Amino acid sequence: MREKLLSVIEKNSRIDTKELAVIMGVEEIDIVNELAAMEKEGIICGYHTLIDWEKTSIEKVTALIEVRVTPQRGQGFDNIAERIYKYPEVTSVYLISGGYDLLVTLEGKSLKQVSSFVTDKLSTLDTVLSTATHFILKKYKDHGTILAKQYEDTREKVTP
Amino acid sequence: MRNPLSEKVVEIKPSGIRKFFDIVNEMDDVISLSVGEPDFDTPWHIRDEGIYSLEKGRTFYTSNAGLKELKEEVANYLKRKQGVSYDPKDEVLITVGGSEAIDGALRAMLNPGDEVLIPQPSFVSYEPCTILADGVPVIIELKAENEFRLTAQELEEAITDKTKILVLPFPNNPTGAIMEKEDLEAIAEVVIKNDIYVISDEIYSELTYKEKHISIVEIPGMQERTILINGFSKAFAMTGWRLGYACGPKAILEQMLKIHQFAIMCAPTTSQYAAVEALRNGDEDVEEMREAYNQRRRYLMHAFREMGLECFEPFGAFYVFPCIKEFGITSEEFATRFLKEEKVAVVPGTAFGDCGEGYLRISYAYSLENLKIAIGRLADFIDRLRKER
Repeated sequence: MREKLLSVIEKNSRIDTKELAVIMGVEEIDIVNELAAMEKEGIICGYHTLIDWEKTSIEKVTALIEVRVTPQRGQGFDNIAERIYKYPEVTSVYLISGGYDLLVTLEGKSLKQVSSFVTDKLSTLDTVLSTATHFILKKYKDHGTILAKQYEDTREKVTP
Repeated sequence: MRNPLSEKVVEIKPSGIRKFFDIVNEMDDVISLSVGEPDFDTPWHIRDEGIYSLEKGRTFYTSNAGLKELKEEVANYLKRKQGVSYDPKDEVLITVGGSEAIDGALRAMLNPGDEVLIPQPSFVSYEPCTILADGVPVIIELKAENEFRLTAQELEEAITDKTKILVLPFPNNPTGAIMEKEDLEAIAEVVIKNDIYVISDEIYSELTYKEKHISIVEIPGMQERTILINGFSKAFAMTGWRLGYACGPKAILEQMLKIHQFAIMCAPTTSQYAAVEALRNGDEDVEEMREAYNQRRRYLMHAFREMGLECFEPFGAFYVFPCIKEFGITSEEFATRFLKEEKVAVVPGTAFGDCGEGYLRISYAYSLENLKIAIGRLADFIDRLRKER
């Protein structure tokens, strides 16, 4: 049930436990317990809202930053990752295989704000060897949801 | 001038759905629960393969019976799913949807006056196709108390010395009924005893919610007297690609191939390439869609219980078939008023045979959000009907 439950709430975290119980064909109490258990185990880490900021009047700039670092003895990448993810403007930090080490995503109010974060804070960290900043121009799809187009039912209205 | 028309064709009633379709189409903002096709898009990797085949210039006829790779994949699929073997060389025919296969099978097997047993409520084309093939349709009225399954007794009672074919439409459109192993064994016994053939329309085979679909060809002695019909429309959300298939004994398939070759030539080439991809790499998509349908099915059954609307629990296809006899109006009146007063379109059960009177077909090939709005309106509507009485 865990896997199915997760796949439902991954797409719709607002669905209430009563309805979850109905569509999964189980008792509501089981849903409540399972959700609580998964929150405790850190499997469910939050119930965020997916927002297309483009459609609001709020200015936001998102950047992906490739970071090459020198891993530290005994610590690997964990220490440097922590130093980076503690900044509130950093929205995610991934350790990556391939041409660089960390992929950092960053949200700022303006281009200037993002670039000053990179030049002042990120690049000056001791173990950071180099950075490459990519600004996001348009989000077509995010978290499995297509933002660029709205679903339209184009089927004939009545068919046998 | 002479009458240009064929009497046989003129006699055939137009589909009951058509009339309803015309009313719905003239109205704005209707929420429709009347669609007999998936709401999902064809999975992208399948569409991609279709596009790819066009890019590569695969725009010619295939062999009449279908692409060799596709026939092989169909045989593999049936081996995997139902555990039965068909020789892709001469026991598989790729058709333009399951519909062509139904028509072809009837035409290949019927002589004038042969009787075809058609359980109803069921899909709209069996009866007219039988008439077009000079057969005589004999309707078996399925009953709600049997969960709209066909029983051996009902079958036995309908058989005469003219009976040649039984159409077996399960999982069923419009009722959502399925046939389980014991049901099929009982039917098989009667079929074999009376030496009749079966056209088994299993287009909804991937959409069952109890246990995995069982085909009548799995029952010993049945494969040699059954034309198994299936296709890509429902399982892989590929209705517009128009692709299905028929599998059966070589002797019958040979004659079906003749009709297909002269009337159709071959099924659409692009669709056939896409279908190869569907069968090779589509299992996960099917599983995902089945789970989504099942959630909606549970939601609807729960909602009906809450509003006290009688409905047997269907375990197949994507339809529920609630009973509206308590309101004392016909299915058509109910559907028409519901449409006019609440702007929700459902199909009267009578569109699928006279014995569908007193029932509605509600499709759950819609998102849960959509279903919720429509079901809210249904609850309001039946409240009003109950107060009127």
